[in-house]
Amino acid sequence: MVDIVIIGAGVSGCAIAREVSRYKADVLVLEREEDVCCGTSKANSAIVHAGYDAANGSLMAKLNVEGSRLMPALSKELDFPYENNGSLVVMVSEDDRPALNKLYENGVANGVEGLRIVERDELVRMEPNISDQAVAALYAPTGAIVCPFGLTFALAENAARNGVRFQFDTEVTGIGKTDGGWKLSTTRGDVEAKVVVNAAGVYADKLHNMVSEDAMTITPRRGDYFLLDHSAQGHVSHTIFQLPGKFGKGVLVAPTVHGNIIVGPTAIDIEDKEGVATTQAGLDEVRAKCGLAVKDVPLRQTITSFAGLRAHEARHEFFIGEVQPGFVDCAGIESPGLSSAPAIGVMVSGIVRDILKLEENPNFEAKRKGILDPKGLDAEAHAALIRENPAYGTVICRCETVTEGEIVDAIRRVPGARSVDGVKRRVRAGMGRCQGGFCSPRVMEILARELGVDQSAITKAGAGSELIVGVNKDAI
Amino acid sequence: MREYELVIIGGGPAGLAAAVAAHEAGLRDILILERDNELGGILNQCIHNGFGLHTFKEELTGPEYAGRFIEQVKKLDIPYKLNTMVLDLAADKTVTAMNREDGLFQLHPKAVILAMGCRERPRGALSIPGCRPAGIYTAGTAQRLVNMEGYMPGRKVVILGSGDIGLIMARRMTLEGAQVQVVAELMPYSGGLKRNIVQCLDDYGIPLKLSHTVVDIEGKKRVEAVTIAQVDGNNRPIPGTEERYECDTLLLSCGLIPENELSRSAGVELNPITNGPTVNESLETSIPGVFAAGNVLHVHDLVDYVSEEAGAAGRQAAGYIAAGCREEEHKALPIKCANGVRYTVPVAIRPGAAGDTVTLRFRVGNVYKNKKVAVYAGDACVFSRKRPVLAPGEMETVILKTSLLTDHPEADGITVTLEEA
Repeated sequence: MVDIVIIGAGVSGCAIAREVSRYKADVLVLEREEDVCCGTSKANSAIVHAGYDAANGSLMAKLNVEGSRLMPALSKELDFPYENNGSLVVMVSEDDRPALNKLYENGVANGVEGLRIVERDELVRMEPNISDQAVAALYAPTGAIVCPFGLTFALAENAARNGVRFQFDTEVTGIGKTDGGWKLSTTRGDVEAKVVVNAAGVYADKLHNMVSEDAMTITPRRGDYFLLDHSAQGHVSHTIFQLPGKFGKGVLVAPTVHGNIIVGPTAIDIEDKEGVATTQAGLDEVRAKCGLAVKDVPLRQTITSFAGLRAHEARHEFFIGEVQPGFVDCAGIESPGLSSAPAIGVMVSGIVRDILKLEENPNFEAKRKGILDPKGLDAEAHAALIRENPAYGTVICRCETVTEGEIVDAIRRVPGARSVDGVKRRVRAGMGRCQGGFCSPRVMEILARELGVDQSAITKAGAGSELIVGVNKDAI
Repeated sequence: MREYELVIIGGGPAGLAAAVAAHEAGLRDILILERDNELGGILNQCIHNGFGLHTFKEELTGPEYAGRFIEQVKKLDIPYKLNTMVLDLAADKTVTAMNREDGLFQLHPKAVILAMGCRERPRGALSIPGCRPAGIYTAGTAQRLVNMEGYMPGRKVVILGSGDIGLIMARRMTLEGAQVQVVAELMPYSGGLKRNIVQCLDDYGIPLKLSHTVVDIEGKKRVEAVTIAQVDGNNRPIPGTEERYECDTLLLSCGLIPENELSRSAGVELNPITNGPTVNESLETSIPGVFAAGNVLHVHDLVDYVSEEAGAAGRQAAGYIAAGCREEEHKALPIKCANGVRYTVPVAIRPGAAGDTVTLRFRVGNVYKNKKVAVYAGDACVFSRKRPVLAPGEMETVILKTSLLTDHPEADGITVTLEEA
């Protein structure tokens, strides 16, 4: 019997795992996919919302503002990319002024610092590519952008460093009450735990409903996005939202911490909890809407389009708490879930600590060093690194200049990359303009070598997504 | 790090031919930088034949064709560095590169030849809707897996795009035991060579559907099906024309993009049509002493023309260095494209700096029949040739006597156009 099982290795599950590793406890994270950060956490706007949006008084508002406040220090402690670029909610019709004022007031009530309304002249100075119909905007200087992969991997690695175990490819199929806690049936055997934390994203309702009479429904709300090449960098510098109003709800245009531009999302409620396929209509909607707040968005420089799912609950609120003795929900974590993750981790770990009366872990190590990116080194240090480890002199991904040294580091981490996508999300090999055309065969080779398996066993993203199906002429 | 007078970025067919030609022109201080682990570039994975008909008057495979140039480079003792990635090119021609042995290093050559080649347009850039499972490859990636490593990327294949690599891979996958069901092409004409359509599709009964595109990809983990549909004149799918193919693989051959990130970092002016540098008749870019040739300049159909063009760039670079890196002022005649001519390489000619002839290469934007290619110096027609068929997939070449231009000193520009035959 373990002390705590956390179901789900997304950003919430990993934040909880990391925070709970401050205490003396045996913690196991169960994840149905082959890696951390494979669901909602991997496909979103990569935004740290300032916290003016969520309704004042809601848990969502409280955790958003707290999460946003915790994020800068956390990014230093755990070494992941974060940039405080500020955000703008742009109003494109004077008719919408009351809504803009209301948003401002809500933000002030939520405790968001530095909010102010900027008029067109100032707006144009801040963002020269703002649309011609932009009238004014709510400026939130605490708005920021973050690498959602980097954040989640950092939390997971630091949790693992402090003793949390991760078990992948393990889906929880049933939950039963036992004397001392809960018995989970999984696709890889039974697990018993004193406390269960449900951080299962779009599946959180399924798990909740296994133990609670008070049924919950999580609706996957799909968002389609475009990601633009580095060559589009600088088109906007702030995160630019459009105020919902006369011309409907817009899409955001924002820089990413890696120098791309992200455009999206749509908000399409679907039934399939795995429905991350983009559609023509969805992509067309983003194309049509992105010009409302920002002009001349260079969509021709798209390097990929993708869709992600938000775990939407009809009441649009986070549901965090002990719903049965020893069963803690962390459900309905839709946007601003990524922004709130640091605060969610603290809150849930506090609940678990109180249930189990946990003591502090005297060996807790709060710091984590990220995968070394030689691009950030000065010439002398860079040269020394290659002398010491020549793998840092071999470029594998040309578009993002990712070396073999970084890829090997990504694979050897705990939890480490086991697939081409796992490498991609950790070090960006294949994330660039050629989308892995040149480097994916090389990454497959390195994975096979490091993992000690045949290249035919290498997958894109776990079992069933094998990249090669056999050898030449074997079917003849 | 020892310095070199000429640094050639890229050891594929363009870089090799440029190096050999520069050496033959008398330059001895040359270095080739190649990012892969062998010379030859993409030719190493092009194991089909058909290369070298113009250059060597015989049919060679890609590796054989590359081998001829590699032999010459070795015989001439032209130095090269493998596994070496150029990270930056500065406007003053400082080259920053990296490899395992030398670490991070800088070179300060007198001249640079850009020979970085091109890359394939990936699925993402095409914004094809649907799932994003394993089993979606660019044709070139599949070609590498099959030809270099002996791995099958899939067994039931749909191909989008009828570029030459896609056509070649349709045949190749078939020969290796895969079932290629269909090749869909967005445009009403193929982007590939006629001979490849005949030899790679027709000969194997693989249908080519023009004016079709992929509208959906199914499969959570691995591709399970692909739906194609006919498109209208604006390339929008026509509802009701969808056809679903069960398959495990989608190969993409939807265009090649010259790799000009280094050119851009140096501030080399690029042509938005070709995505390659704008060059004059000497294949010199907007930065004096920086030359470009091959697919980095504009995408070629035949490697023979790459070698020819790169040879010229090599000679020009050698001449530039021999002349003390000084260039005389010459009047430049900008070239205007008209009536279906999409672009020309070069974009301007300086008759005073040109040799006896100038080679003009260009492509047309549509399929044309019974036209005349005409070149004007000012208002005077200086060249005209009948062409029964012109197609976007086939590069056109005009070799112009320089004297035809100097005969018209009043001309302020050149026009390349199509006229009724």
